[in-house]
Amino acid sequence: MHIALYEQELDPWREITAYQATRLKPGSYGATAVFVGTMRDFHAGEHVSAIELEHYPGMTEKSLAEIAAEAGRRWDIIDLLVVHRYGYITPGAPIVVIAVWSAHRGAANDACRFLIEQLKAYAPFWKKEHTSKGARWVENNTSGH
Amino acid sequence: MSIHVRFFASLRERVGCGELEISAQGVANVGDVWRAAVGAELQAPPQTLAALNMEYCALDTPVGDGDEVAFFPPVTGG
Repeated sequence: MHIALYEQELDPWREITAYQATRLKPGSYGATAVFVGTMRDFHAGEHVSAIELEHYPGMTEKSLAEIAAEAGRRWDIIDLLVVHRYGYITPGAPIVVIAVWSAHRGAANDACRFLIEQLKAYAPFWKKEHTSKGARWVENNTSGH
Repeated sequence: MSIHVRFFASLRERVGCGELEISAQGVANVGDVWRAAVGAELQAPPQTLAALNMEYCALDTPVGDGDEVAFFPPVTGG
């Protein structure tokens, strides 16, 4: 299990490839489920030119570790990776990558969905959007369904 | 005998500071921490969340010397 926070740019595919090559035993897994969250250039009817992503250092890592541990208790998964950015982010840039490896597809898919939904509900991150009308805090995450 | 208090995001801007220390004397729970740190004139917005030592908690959770208490709005990561 690996959880990381980056201020610099995040390449989700490189993260997954590197993690899989160094931490997963070839032949041990049959399914890899991936979620990548990417910054949009629109929200609530406004063009968004950038976001500032603030977090609570210490609690963020703790929260993500608890969510990952809960996924491990609920599903038969082999390993997982969560990398989330913070700081100044522009449209098109990946914000979060989650990858889950398991023997069969059900556990990987279900755990991956659980991880992103729990992260969005509980991990202490906050987005401030920059629009043509000025900066505004995003008040609530949209429903994932 | 002190409690470390932190504010994040819109609440940090509203309160006007990111962190401060308050005396633990006369402070029994998380709600008291808000009143001691911010003052009674600025009430916490209804959706305000609180954490004690980096775990979500309720306003009536007891606090003591050396604790870290944080207040923040609903989270919007991912």
